[in-house]
Amino acid sequence: MRGVVKAFGAVRALDGLDLVVPSGICYGLLGPNGAGKSTAMRILTGQAVADAGSVEVLGHQLPAESKLARARMGVSPQDSNLDVDLRVRDVLSVFARLYRVPAGDRAGAVERALVLAGLSARAQDRAVTLSGGMQRRLLIARALIHDPDLVLLDEPTVGLDPQVRHELWSLILSLREHGATVLMSTHYIEEAERLADRVAIVASGRVVAEGTPDELIRAHAGREVLDVHGSVAELRSLADRARADGLATRQSGPALTYLHADEADGRLPAGRRRRATLEDVFVNLTGDYVE
Amino acid sequence: MTGVSSTVRRIEPVSLAAVWIREWIVFVYYWRTRTFAAVVEPVIMLVAFGFGFGKLVSHVEGIPYIQFVGTGAVATAVLFSAAFSAMFDSLYKRRYQRVYDAMLAAPVDVEEIVTGEVLFLGMRAGVYGVAPLLVAFCFGLPPAPAMVLVPLVGVLTGIGFASLGMLFSAAATTFDDLSYVISGVITPLFLVAGTFFPLNRLPGWLRTAAQFNPLYHCVELVRHCAFGLRPGADVLHVGALIVFAVLAWRLAVWRTRTRLIV
Repeated sequence: MRGVVKAFGAVRALDGLDLVVPSGICYGLLGPNGAGKSTAMRILTGQAVADAGSVEVLGHQLPAESKLARARMGVSPQDSNLDVDLRVRDVLSVFARLYRVPAGDRAGAVERALVLAGLSARAQDRAVTLSGGMQRRLLIARALIHDPDLVLLDEPTVGLDPQVRHELWSLILSLREHGATVLMSTHYIEEAERLADRVAIVASGRVVAEGTPDELIRAHAGREVLDVHGSVAELRSLADRARADGLATRQSGPALTYLHADEADGRLPAGRRRRATLEDVFVNLTGDYVE
Repeated sequence: MTGVSSTVRRIEPVSLAAVWIREWIVFVYYWRTRTFAAVVEPVIMLVAFGFGFGKLVSHVEGIPYIQFVGTGAVATAVLFSAAFSAMFDSLYKRRYQRVYDAMLAAPVDVEEIVTGEVLFLGMRAGVYGVAPLLVAFCFGLPPAPAMVLVPLVGVLTGIGFASLGMLFSAAATTFDDLSYVISGVITPLFLVAGTFFPLNRLPGWLRTAAQFNPLYHCVELVRHCAFGLRPGADVLHVGALIVFAVLAWRLAVWRTRTRLIV
């Protein structure tokens, strides 16, 4: 995606988004709610058309060649759009046809998807009877029914409990191991940190930083950070002083976090040192608190 | 693994087939309720009007009243099954279940979804439309060779009304919005089609307006299939239904696309 702009009325959801996803990796699109991640996903699937800029997916120009691109993509959306009244097997069977899996391969593709999603035992149950985690697995299995080259996962674990989230992370890692390119949007820092080979941090419809998680942390937070706890007035005073000294800080709940603490040469107050994380980078760059 | 060639046609049979299969699988789940609603209502109407008005009105245009209504009720069955399914099901799929969003992530376009669905609903309406005719046989309607054309008339009419239903569905935001359509469009079409009374008793302006009612052309064709074809007039009736179906289909594709692709 190059210079992609998309507005909905007065709201500019994407404001010159540049995004290049190398093949064969898991690429994380990390941003706060409303950053434009889902709009970018919808443009990639042809369900939204960019007002400006160019979009190319798997060698196909969008929107003109969207259909050819979609044939090689699998999509798991943020909000479930399952045919919940259908049986699990029928859900997969319908999408095997929609994705044009050849007739001779269709039954095998459905069985593989059931195994992948861990839903073989529930194949005859209606999708509506599945738990939230199972439905999410079914969505991902549905996206993989045709063995796609590119998998788009829009907030794949949003709203799920930690146990189910970890199950899905294993599933996503296995996709990458099988050679698929995965583009995953998320606003969970830990998810991006654990799964993504490269991350683009998106805010207000544009990429504000891009690189491997380690590169981003080194560049924007250093090796170590320092958390200082205190009253609101004390922290405000410390933040003012840090600004005057040219030190980068970020507010993190009841604490003030000094970034690049390892490079501060004794100019820091007393506090708790810890390893810098992607969350430090994210909050510093987007100015938002995250889950 | 998938079979999309490097050149893509606007409407591909493989996409239509996939949309059809989905509709068929859903139909197999719900065929009892859907068939009951689509068939029983016109049949009850036929029996009620037949026995009720039939006691007051013996013949209309030389045809026993119950047979007059029986042939007209074919169009009612087609209208109800095609338009109502298209309106309510597609609104549910678009707005609440978001099935269309899921389908559009696959190599299927809006035009193929709309076309596949209206063809399926049209075919189904053609089958449902035969039910009142079968009941009319029980009330003495004599079988005629041209009656084999009735399902085809039903399919053509059904495609038009399914398209019209999808058009209204795409324009609607909630199910409540469809109440305007039922009261303001479907009911007048249903009443001023010559199903229950001949249109030549209506005021001139209403007779003229009825010529623009697609259901009227369906009623006329079914009656002619039952009581004698009139080739000159019937060609015009078929032409009117084709124009209606094509126009409604194109409008349904356009409006649905504006809803689904932003």
